[in-house]
Amino acid sequence: MTVAPAVPNANVPPSLKDNRSWYARNRLRIAPWLFLAPAMIFFMVYVIVPIFQSIWISFYAWDGLGEAQWVGFGNYAELGEDDRFYTSLWNNILWLALYMLAVPAGLFIALFLNQTVTGMRLYKSLFFFPFVISQVVVGLIFAWFYNPNFGIVGKVWEFFGAAPPSILGDENLVTYGIIFAGLWPQIAYCMILYLTGLNNVSPDQVEAGRLDNAKGWKMLWYVILPQLWPATFLAIVVTVIGALRSFDMIAIMTQGGPYGSSNVLSYFMFEQALSEYGFRMGYGSAIATVLFGIMLIFISFFLWKMYRDERVEH
Amino acid sequence: MFPRPIEKSSSGVQTAYKIFLPVALFIWLLPLLAIFMTSIRPGGDINAGNVFGWPSQFQLIENYYAVFAESEAATYLWNSLKITIPTVILSVSLAALAGYALAIYRFRFSLVLFFIFVAGNFVPFQILMVPVRDLSLDMGLYNTVTGLVLFHAAFQTGFCTLFMRNFIKALPFELIESARIEGVGEFRIFWHLVLPLVRPALAALAVLIFTFVWNDYFWATVLTNGEAAKPITAGIQALNGQFVSRWHLVSAASLLAAVPPVAMFFLMQKHFIAGLTLGATKG
Repeated sequence: MTVAPAVPNANVPPSLKDNRSWYARNRLRIAPWLFLAPAMIFFMVYVIVPIFQSIWISFYAWDGLGEAQWVGFGNYAELGEDDRFYTSLWNNILWLALYMLAVPAGLFIALFLNQTVTGMRLYKSLFFFPFVISQVVVGLIFAWFYNPNFGIVGKVWEFFGAAPPSILGDENLVTYGIIFAGLWPQIAYCMILYLTGLNNVSPDQVEAGRLDNAKGWKMLWYVILPQLWPATFLAIVVTVIGALRSFDMIAIMTQGGPYGSSNVLSYFMFEQALSEYGFRMGYGSAIATVLFGIMLIFISFFLWKMYRDERVEH
Repeated sequence: MFPRPIEKSSSGVQTAYKIFLPVALFIWLLPLLAIFMTSIRPGGDINAGNVFGWPSQFQLIENYYAVFAESEAATYLWNSLKITIPTVILSVSLAALAGYALAIYRFRFSLVLFFIFVAGNFVPFQILMVPVRDLSLDMGLYNTVTGLVLFHAAFQTGFCTLFMRNFIKALPFELIESARIEGVGEFRIFWHLVLPLVRPALAALAVLIFTFVWNDYFWATVLTNGEAAKPITAGIQALNGQFVSRWHLVSAASLLAAVPPVAMFFLMQKHFIAGLTLGATKG
């Protein structure tokens, strides 16, 4: 990695220095801020400041229109006694845990597709297809699949002579049904990460492994997977974020129902703050703050890893 | 290469692989095929229980025409374009500038700023929802295309800056140094020297951001409430209510919404994948 010279005017002979304008003398110190200013302003206004505003609002009772009323930790105390909050939190944990299946499943498909038969390029892109489609569409497709009257699930159950379950209408099944639908595009994403990773696996090491009689699982575990670590790390990062961001599918498929049983924090927040259930901006912000706190654990971990990598590069 | 190339296996295994491959793909894409078949069959088929069988009649043109004739789908699609394209241009431009600054100059806070952009990119949308909605209301941008563009551009700048900074950092720094010695101004270095070199990164970001923003549903519901600015993702939800149990039309509308990102992906596949897998290979 290259490093810019820290001394701004190192390249200019001293005799010239005094004749140049203030900007010319300081341009290496000022230029980065000019380049950064537009992006910083946008990002400040729409991302950084709103985070703090949300945390601030979470200490108020506010309907979004009238006077906000300071309630201190009242919203959080209410959350602590709200069963819907625990249901959502539990579903978030389910999402996190089960969504992780996308990582090994993506690896599995990538291994299956990492061949060079005719038309493989097209196969790979078609396998990737689900990721490109909006989650709204994926949600609609699966909602329709799960329909006990005319969905494919109903047909399969009827084929076996059983009464089809109503997956999206059953409090115990609904979250699993939505996660299963969500896995479809996420597996495609992980697959493409691994395909790229496999492309860059060093052939020498694979050959060396073969000479040492490493085969199948052993080869995968001791030779291939260590080299795929960057792909695995990225797959885990995007899967964690995907799991905690899950909103679209729930909004489309069940709107949190039946009876809030498929809610997650992101949808519960939206429901409290912006839907017909009322405009409880303060309470909603408190939920968002909790979700943000959970995400912050992961963000800190990613940043710490990035910082370590930057240090190694220096 | 891992796994062992299939050419080295017995011909029986090779044949089995070549047969299983399309079967696997068929199963994998079954949801899409089913929705496509539904979108071209007459509504009567579904009520008669013929959901997965052969359509009694092919109504490709009729069904898709009906979507446009009976709903606001054309407006929604047009809105999506009006939101997506300016967002792509704005966020990629902002990020090219910022990424350049963070990659080339050494100054205090450079790494901190970079990490702020990265971290902001990961935050849950809900923590931004109430303030961003209020801000849009205050500025008169609620329920407008501009309001959505400004927010999306700002938010996507985080990811784009991460991408651009790492890409520019990998360029040979000597190029910039020698240009400086020649006395070329900082902005001219950026414009004439660096921008042409980062064209692949710009292309990759453009397709990715196009797809992300096109597929956005959350902000479309938070920042719009009428037909004026509603993009197709939120539109489908509305259509779903309007076309109650007319699944053939809902399917057709859903597929229409998927066409632009899918087309983008197939046209710019190399860039798309390069963008998504940035970091999947380096150690």
